[in-house]
Amino acid sequence: MAYVAHDESDYVPPAEVEEVELYHPKTFIGKYIWSQDAKVIAIQYSITAIAVGLVALVLSGIMRLQLGYPNTFSFITPGTYLQFVTMHGMIMVIYLLTALFLGGFGNYLIPLMVGARDMVFPYVNMVSYWVYLFAVLLLMASFFVPGGPTGSGWTLYPPQAILEGTPGASWGIILMLVSLAFFIVGFTMGGLNYVVTVLQARTRGMTMMRLPLTVWGIFMATILALLAFPALFVSCIMMTLDSLLGTSFFMPAIVSMGQQLDYGGGSPILFQHLFWFFGHPEVYIVALPAFGMVSDLISVHARKNIFGYRMMVWAILAIGALSLVVWAHHMYVSGMNPYFGFFFAITTLVIAIPTAIKVYNWVLTLWRGNIHLTVPMLFAIGFVFTFINGGLTGLFLGNVTVDLPLSDTMFVVAHFHMVMAVAPIMVVFGAIYHWYPKITGRMLNDTLGKFHFWATFLGSYAIYYPMHYLGFLGVPRRYYAMGNTDFLPESAHSLNAGITIVALIVGAIQVVFLYNLVWSYFKGKPSGGNPWGATTLEWQTPDTPPKHGNFGPTLPVVYRWAYDYSVPGVDEDFIPQNQPPGEKTRGLEET
Amino acid sequence: MTIALVVAAAIVAIIVGWLLRQTLNTKPWIEQQHPIENVRAESAWSLPPVKVGLGVFLAVATSLFALFISAYFMRRMGADWNTLADPMVLWWNTALLCLGSIYFQRARTAAQRGQIDGVKVGLLAGGAFTFAFLAGQLWAWQQLNASGFYLATNPASDFFYLLTALHGLHLLGGLWVWGRTTAKVWRGFEVADVRLSVELCTVYWHFLLVVWLILFGLLLST
Repeated sequence: MAYVAHDESDYVPPAEVEEVELYHPKTFIGKYIWSQDAKVIAIQYSITAIAVGLVALVLSGIMRLQLGYPNTFSFITPGTYLQFVTMHGMIMVIYLLTALFLGGFGNYLIPLMVGARDMVFPYVNMVSYWVYLFAVLLLMASFFVPGGPTGSGWTLYPPQAILEGTPGASWGIILMLVSLAFFIVGFTMGGLNYVVTVLQARTRGMTMMRLPLTVWGIFMATILALLAFPALFVSCIMMTLDSLLGTSFFMPAIVSMGQQLDYGGGSPILFQHLFWFFGHPEVYIVALPAFGMVSDLISVHARKNIFGYRMMVWAILAIGALSLVVWAHHMYVSGMNPYFGFFFAITTLVIAIPTAIKVYNWVLTLWRGNIHLTVPMLFAIGFVFTFINGGLTGLFLGNVTVDLPLSDTMFVVAHFHMVMAVAPIMVVFGAIYHWYPKITGRMLNDTLGKFHFWATFLGSYAIYYPMHYLGFLGVPRRYYAMGNTDFLPESAHSLNAGITIVALIVGAIQVVFLYNLVWSYFKGKPSGGNPWGATTLEWQTPDTPPKHGNFGPTLPVVYRWAYDYSVPGVDEDFIPQNQPPGEKTRGLEET
Repeated sequence: MTIALVVAAAIVAIIVGWLLRQTLNTKPWIEQQHPIENVRAESAWSLPPVKVGLGVFLAVATSLFALFISAYFMRRMGADWNTLADPMVLWWNTALLCLGSIYFQRARTAAQRGQIDGVKVGLLAGGAFTFAFLAGQLWAWQQLNASGFYLATNPASDFFYLLTALHGLHLLGGLWVWGRTTAKVWRGFEVADVRLSVELCTVYWHFLLVVWLILFGLLLST
């Protein structure tokens, strides 16, 4: 490698970093409730998201009960079943994963990792959380209104979403749409913060290419979300008007329950376009932060620099850009021009290239690394496995001809749960085990963690692998019960029952994780400031957990990239980003 | 959706282009670490964060309007689309909003030159013209209503109400910031204290003027 002399890349910002004026809370309420500290907001976001996620987990358990043992439970009617399906999907995708990755991890990690005291607009950041909480409460309120929550499926397709006969067509759907609109407003406030903080508040020496990949992932995901969420906003507003005021944006002329309705001329396909223009980037809004975090977890716990850092950044950008032009692969069955389908099949498959680059780079980072099989590392490796599995079935579904027979079957459910549910949740767990010591100052219990990992990892495979097979057999998704269906063998039903048993067990085992979170907060082993020997700035704070303002009297200065692990000729196997050169030289310069 | 796609592509191109101009092609792992005294003073990013924040917000708003316009085009293909006789008052409104933008620009120029009187005049006139524009828009709604086009009469009128309302709400948001800035000027703050706010308001007003011109062209053309 060539010796690189002083050039653009060595740019270190001027010696004076402007001190930001922090809001200093005096009261308990100011400190922990109406807080403007990004770390407290992050925890508020996380707790809310996890709480609402638990509701969605329970809903999925009830759904599984019905699927595994139809005609057994009288409290699950076809209507409530559809409501549970809908709420489970929407909560998990938006109110849990999006909020947790961007609002939770984004808020906690961005200021710490870029070396900032706080987000650039702390007040807006605080409002962002409260708007999010309001959106969550609105959504939860729909359980208690007449008719219950909407049962239109998480895609909310019109016309059925607002027609009589669909559960929750009067109140539930309106609450859902309004709640989503609020979520988007709240997210936009937060998103502005994340983007501008990464662009503007980086400390001295922290060039874009010295950012940890976690920040890159969250940064690009936020940009995607800022561009894509307006599409959902537009469709929410227009559908609310269709439902409440009788406009016909999406509603065609339709006869419902023997009556000609007042609607006419609207286009349900228009809704699908708008929805998926948001819906597909949403996959990457969840996946990109996961990609970023898992890169850091693997690098730290394999004590090795990330393989192909530049390529990883470029892949994140490429995935972000491509994800805006693949949406119609969710609409192959809606009757489109074959050339249109061809175009979207191509873009869908092309996105596999940057994704595969990332997977190879993770594997090559592990290759001959000094792998520590800590709980975060287990989850990171679990993620790579799961993501490859889910990605491969994505290649099936991306092709129009293969997708047509598989569309709306359990195969699709299995695919997106592998790639978008289990894989990101693996990263969420890994990240919580990894950063919990920084957040609380205590380690999570290792034995419980390992048990939690193996149960979750093996359990999710036991749930979702057989589901692919059910899909091949033609079991449709969203059906309340299959009844006497000739094309399904008896084994399909017993398989369904088996999946249910495993799902309930895996769901129940998550209690171990919650117990671990609470128990370790009080009784966990004290962790010290940098238990994993990581290089990034959040581990170099003077206090653990970091105080408001993060870095004590002076902000850190960054001298190197985030991945100086096991550098030859250096005593310790990591060099923090803020360690000045000279004291311990890097052995690389002559090579 | 083509329109939304083109707009999104343009925004992404701007982002990626900017990133490439940064340090995206460097090799951080073989960078030489400098002692800090060696730094160059000029920063590529000396812009105040609020300015960047406004830029990001405008990107979001652009995306939102582009998606509405996409929807407009797709829905227009429906057989039930009736051409709308656009109220004449819209022409006057357009002129008012243009004047508003011009006065904001004058306030901005005055702020840069440090003339507090110019700022006062520009802000007051800009705000007044904007309120006049909003009143004019309400009047246009009245006229449409009078001619029998209600919110759910025809997709053309649905979109008319929706798009004008959305644009008007964005202006109202701007007027809130304008109100705070104007109040500051009146309470005797120095020009330097409000220069940035005036500048941001001006950029926002120009943006909303452009959006309105596009929407107006769209509404006229059908």
